[in-house]
Amino acid sequence: MAPVETLLVTKRLREVSDSSWTIDAAVGSGAYESLRKALAMEPEAIIEEVKTSGLRGRGGAGFGAGQKWSFLPKGAFPRYLCVNGDEGEPSTFKDHMLVERDPHQLIEGIVITAFAIRCNTAFIYLRGEFALGADRLAQALRDAYARNFVGAKILGSDFDLEIILHRGAGCYIAGDETGLMESLEGERAMPRIKPPFPAVQGLYAAPTIVNNVETLSTVPHIIRMGGEEYAKLGVGRSTGTRIFSVSGHVVRPGNYEVELGMSFRDLIEGLAGGMRDGKEMKFFIPGGASSPWLVPEHLDAPLDMDHVQGELKSMLGSGAVMVFNEDTDPVQIAWRLSKFFAHESCGKCTPCREGSSWIEKVLYRIANGLGRPADLDLLLDFGNNIVPGLNAPFAQTTICALGPSIMSPVVGLTRWFRDEVEQRIGASGEPVELKMRVL
Amino acid sequence: MPYTEANLVKARATIARYPFAKSAVLPLLHLAQDQDGWVTPEAMKEIAGLLDLAPAQVLGTCSFYTMFKRAPVGKLVVSVCTNVTCLVMGGPELLDSLRLRYGSDDDVFVEEVECIAACDCAPVLQVNYEFHGPLTPQSASEIIDEYKRGERTPRTISGSPTNAPLAPSAVVG
Amino acid sequence: MGDRDQPMSQWPSTHPFVIPVADGPDEVTVTIDGREVKARRGELLIRVAQDHGTYIPRFCYHERMMPVGMCRMCLVEVEGMRGFQISCATPVADGMVVRTASDDVKKVQDGVLEFLLINHPLDCPVCDRGGECPLQDQTLAFGPGESRFVEEKRHFTKPIPISDLVLLDRERCIQCGRCTRFAAEIAGDPLIDFGGRGAATEVIIFPGEPFSSHFSGNIVQICPVGALTAKPYRFKARPWDLNSAETSCTTCAVGCRGALDASSNRLLRLLGVDSEPINHGWLCDKGRFSYEHVHSWRRVRSPMIRKEGEMVECSWPEALDAAAAGLAGAIDQNGTGSVALLGGARGTNEDAYLWSKLAKSVLGTDHVDAQFADGLPAEAVLGLPGATIADCERASAIVLLAPDLKEELPVLYLRVKRAAHDLRIPLIDISARDHGLSRYSSATVRITPGEQATAAQKLANAIAGAVTGDQQIDAAAELLRAADGPNADGPIVVIIGRASLAESADATVAAAAELLAIGDRVRFLPALRRGNVRGALELGLTPGFLPGRVSLDAGRDWFTEQWGTVPAAPGLGAIGILGAARDGAIGALVLLGADVIDDFPDRTLARAALDATPFIVAVGAFLTESAERADVFLPTTVWGEQAGTTTNLEGRVLRLAQTVSPDGTPMPGWRIAAELAVRFGVDWDLEIVEEVQDEIARVAPGFAGVDANLIRRAVDGVVLPKIDNEADIELTPLRIPLTNASWEPINPAASAPVAEDSVGQLADGDDPDEGGRRLIAAEPTGFCAPPTYVWNGKVESAAVPPRDAYALRLVAGHLLYDAGSTVTESPSLSPLAPGSVLLVHRSDRERIGVDDGGEVRVTTTRGSLTLPVCTDDATPQGVAFLAFNQPGAGAGDLIDAAEPVTDLRVESLR
Ligand SMILES: Cc1cc2nc3c(=O)[nH]c(=O)nc-3n(C[C@H](O)[C@H](O)[C@H](O)COP(=O)(O)O)c2cc1C
Ligand code: SF4
Ligand code: FES
Repeated sequence: MAPVETLLVTKRLREVSDSSWTIDAAVGSGAYESLRKALAMEPEAIIEEVKTSGLRGRGGAGFGAGQKWSFLPKGAFPRYLCVNGDEGEPSTFKDHMLVERDPHQLIEGIVITAFAIRCNTAFIYLRGEFALGADRLAQALRDAYARNFVGAKILGSDFDLEIILHRGAGCYIAGDETGLMESLEGERAMPRIKPPFPAVQGLYAAPTIVNNVETLSTVPHIIRMGGEEYAKLGVGRSTGTRIFSVSGHVVRPGNYEVELGMSFRDLIEGLAGGMRDGKEMKFFIPGGASSPWLVPEHLDAPLDMDHVQGELKSMLGSGAVMVFNEDTDPVQIAWRLSKFFAHESCGKCTPCREGSSWIEKVLYRIANGLGRPADLDLLLDFGNNIVPGLNAPFAQTTICALGPSIMSPVVGLTRWFRDEVEQRIGASGEPVELKMRVL
Repeated sequence: MPYTEANLVKARATIARYPFAKSAVLPLLHLAQDQDGWVTPEAMKEIAGLLDLAPAQVLGTCSFYTMFKRAPVGKLVVSVCTNVTCLVMGGPELLDSLRLRYGSDDDVFVEEVECIAACDCAPVLQVNYEFHGPLTPQSASEIIDEYKRGERTPRTISGSPTNAPLAPSAVVG
Repeated sequence: MGDRDQPMSQWPSTHPFVIPVADGPDEVTVTIDGREVKARRGELLIRVAQDHGTYIPRFCYHERMMPVGMCRMCLVEVEGMRGFQISCATPVADGMVVRTASDDVKKVQDGVLEFLLINHPLDCPVCDRGGECPLQDQTLAFGPGESRFVEEKRHFTKPIPISDLVLLDRERCIQCGRCTRFAAEIAGDPLIDFGGRGAATEVIIFPGEPFSSHFSGNIVQICPVGALTAKPYRFKARPWDLNSAETSCTTCAVGCRGALDASSNRLLRLLGVDSEPINHGWLCDKGRFSYEHVHSWRRVRSPMIRKEGEMVECSWPEALDAAAAGLAGAIDQNGTGSVALLGGARGTNEDAYLWSKLAKSVLGTDHVDAQFADGLPAEAVLGLPGATIADCERASAIVLLAPDLKEELPVLYLRVKRAAHDLRIPLIDISARDHGLSRYSSATVRITPGEQATAAQKLANAIAGAVTGDQQIDAAAELLRAADGPNADGPIVVIIGRASLAESADATVAAAAELLAIGDRVRFLPALRRGNVRGALELGLTPGFLPGRVSLDAGRDWFTEQWGTVPAAPGLGAIGILGAARDGAIGALVLLGADVIDDFPDRTLARAALDATPFIVAVGAFLTESAERADVFLPTTVWGEQAGTTTNLEGRVLRLAQTVSPDGTPMPGWRIAAELAVRFGVDWDLEIVEEVQDEIARVAPGFAGVDANLIRRAVDGVVLPKIDNEADIELTPLRIPLTNASWEPINPAASAPVAEDSVGQLADGDDPDEGGRRLIAAEPTGFCAPPTYVWNGKVESAAVPPRDAYALRLVAGHLLYDAGSTVTESPSLSPLAPGSVLLVHRSDRERIGVDDGGEVRVTTTRGSLTLPVCTDDATPQGVAFLAFNQPGAGAGDLIDAAEPVTDLRVESLR
């Protein structure tokens, strides 16, 4: 049987694809129904429902959403909800789509969540580059305010909520939850030391919940279906559906919403149409740039966060699946990713700040045929001072998870392509032609 | 340039939305960039004044974010992604060709950027934060030229919507 | 010890947050490298380890700032926690087991070091920090000896000036954020910040807006590497060539503790010492860099005497004989009442005591004043219930009735800012214009200059329940009521001083009387400027008082017994002395380091007085405009060249260190006094400064028990009177520093000039033989000395005339950099005095009809001047600010000291 998608979060934008972002189309296809239902519930009951659903964060870390909400200290107000729409993880493009094409679903999720955690001010931190998304979200907010889905005394209840749309300005680290809060406070988005954790002292030192766009977009469906029903989807502790952004050398790159538990093969070869131009797959990256690489032998593994982390020593992360064909130069990919991390390191922690640019420089040398035999071991050795153990789940000597991420390309490279790289280093003196010359 | 009367009103309204004024640094920098096409030192000083900060704090924040341009960039910022998906799909070639073509064009500022979350359309670029892709060097320059000729309406340098197309300018051969 | 050891306190940012501390008993047991130690729950691991002898390496952590966890050097293993923890942000909990030196910890710490070094230039031989650099030291101790980094290092233009005093070498910077955090959190001058991102992160200033903070030197001190260097010290020395001694700064009356470094008989550097009750390790730039004046080529090196109208060098005997003869001549001619002494607030306690003794018992005059109508009456300073600097942090509220502390007493400003901002203690400001602390105040009562008393009276009435209808007063009263209420804790500290020299002190003193009446919790901290002004007043360099805080009348019998004679009746203060001199009633005047023409608010009177005085003896270091009028000049040693003590504004006796000896033959002031006494037939038999200290301890009731023995051992000095403050005295050696690296908080007594072996011996008052002479043992306290003075708080304040609508009322306050010789004779500082500029409200400037920066003619009853005028946001309508004692003509030429206020007529020159 050909693999199929399971459409919850992407249903509306598929079905009314020409106008899914307008309030009329949204309301016409059931938007804000779950909100009405939720407002009739006790806030604690909503949290319970979400806990029952097993919903885990879709931003990368995969932390239980309901569980996170219940960490808020009782009686501490004000408290804030921050929506993480900074989507910066390379090759992830699901939040981008959700914001541009179904903003009302997100707003509905925000209002329900804010009601559940008793918060009256929510911020949507939207990646600055999403200009159209900002327009649509701003319009959607105006419409939602006008129809009293947001604002004072929402739909006749006693619940008030103000939602503030805040545009970022080009910075990956603002996607980290404490970086996001710093950025929202008008600072340089440098992550904070923890504890205190955001749920206790976050934005403006008040209790704060940070959730990803997809996470919150899922909430209305959980309220609609009931947590138990939602939990029937998926596998093990990875319940429900997730949107996977498949890109690279595949026939049909794009976002696919599938029930967790489907295999990588079904996703890549089934839904995304397999390799393009009749080439072979060389390797793939299962969960965004921060996740260590996998190779074709892992294709039958399930899309299950625990399995990928526990068995494959990688992670599903943000759900970005990058596929590379046999012609791809893994050194070049590793270099380019390390260049990304060097560019995006906030500069706060020494190992990340200095380590990322060191890795980038060494890989650049290797890619240009100036590698030295000891280079790979050198990378692993000082990399071990950033990520002791060099294995997922990451240990780290840095504040945030960007630090350990910078080693993922190196780990991938040495784990699967050590011979190829060493051969290449052996042949030094013959500069390898690079596909790009930018530094 | 100082904020125009209208923008000053906007700026004050923005500040008032936040529980703490300093949160308005990013929106105010965007607003200044919308107005002037880049973030001028005067703008940073004005923002510092509005938010009761030292100008160094505004510069510190401003310089952390790549969307803020602290030198004039012309009318169109062309951001070409070369992160890995675009890399294998032809992003670098796109970047090179556009750099070559618009290198001496004061209106067009071609820059290399990290993944802009549209990898299904790789290779992609943004013109003033409007997405275009997948593109070839050829189709990319056609689009840019259309902006230049006033046939497409660009956003501002910070990506805010405008309804005024660019005054047509010479298109490089 | 104080606040440093409190459980995790607040994050001093806009949004304070607290590092959570696990529940449990208050005293916890922690195992560090297998050794069990006791600590207070919530203390930071890095501190606990350090207090118990384990120094965990660090770069970004600084004891006086909240942790940021940037450098990652302090990683350790904590059992039960995954991976490594930064010990600088980990509070200890009961049962915690910590490993700071395991192989794994060593490996990651070495890793951090390696990362730091890949982009760090290896220019140690020409780096100021070389030799006292933790990066260098740790690399030496643990480093691999060879770099694995073959790539190109980061490059920047180096170094770039970020202010007039500080240079930044961005290549050396290791991004620890100590300087930027200091600027924002401690100084409140966020003029430097990080710019850029990732490996390109650099410390920046905004172009054209230098880091012109009064505290900029501190960032040089706390920078762990040589990225920040101070212009005055750059390339001057290698750390291992310096000899260092702990001392107090005498630039202002805060008396910050410092470590004074010298080499080859030249002062080269002053570093802040972390004294809990005083300065927390910080210094202001004026204090830090004004050591330069000590070596000014304009120092007078030899005594001088006027011969045929010219000042010529002479021998000491000749000069002393001439001085004594002149004084004796005046007494012979017109009696003891024709001799007067002005000054003494810049010397030591020992100087002050002996000059006081000389004047009051040998010369027989009470016309003695250490202040020049620019301070507060001694009655108030000595007689009001006193507060300490540290009381500001324990206060239930602070009331400011003071000059701009940021300009006049900068390190006190830091403490008050910390109290108000970080510790959220209500700050009530009664002032005529905005100043450095305005942005931290919880309530402001805006007054017209000279009307402090009226405002204070209204405030007192409002606290008592009167309806004033004045919002500002009501808001302030509300805070003070709460601060005096049953739920409050701690004193109400009133910081009292002269906000303006253009008005008389009466209004301020009357306001103090009103505030004193609020309740028992009210305590006063006098905000007086000159280094030892408090010591001079305490030791009787003021009319109507004798040494040790006793009035002339109360102390008459006791001092007659001790000294032989005392004056019959209270003498004149500075205004009276100068007035009498102008009228020809003063036959001889002794100027003790006093440049009255510069410092007395009324320059016209000062000049006339000096010109009319037949015989003047100037005692000092420089030939100032006043000293040039002298007949005899007796050169003194200055700070750094003399031992002794000073008394800071809170009444704390502090030790000074001598690290260099003067060029030429300057003498300590006290010795000059003693030599003069000999010429009047009195031999005090005092040869070393400790003997003077012991005599003070024996004779001056307020100093009872504060003898040489105690002075040398009291780490943070002794607050007078000792009896009341015994509990706060800490004796050496208690804190044994694990490190005395200059970039770390330097512990008091880390460089105390106490011979180590003497400490034990001195413990029981068993005085050793010193320099071949036996120290005179101080008598036990509790002898039948007179009681110390208590002020009754009654005062008559002259009515302030209404300001006419066309005039501006003048506020004349000091700025940090002025025309005083510590600034003008310090090459690095002298360019920083901004000069006389009239600051007015925009609308006043427009009314005058002059552009910003344009010139105006300013006229008062005293005189007329041409000055540039500038718009100033801090100055309200109807008021004008003019800095006092800037180079050239200025405020001193406009003020009539006899008037309660000064009103200006300002005309445009067009
Ligand atoms: C370097 C870094 C970048 C991140 N970027 C994003 C991001 O772009 N979007 C996002 O939702 N989460 C991002 N995260 C994860 C967030 O820190 C956080 O875990 C997430 O927003 C929580 O939401 P969730 O629980 O709904 O997933 C990032 C984390 C790190 C360490
Ligand atoms: S790990 Fe890197 S990105 Fe994260 S806080 Fe540290 S320096 Fe910044
Ligand atoms: S000292 Fe702890 S991280 Fe720098």
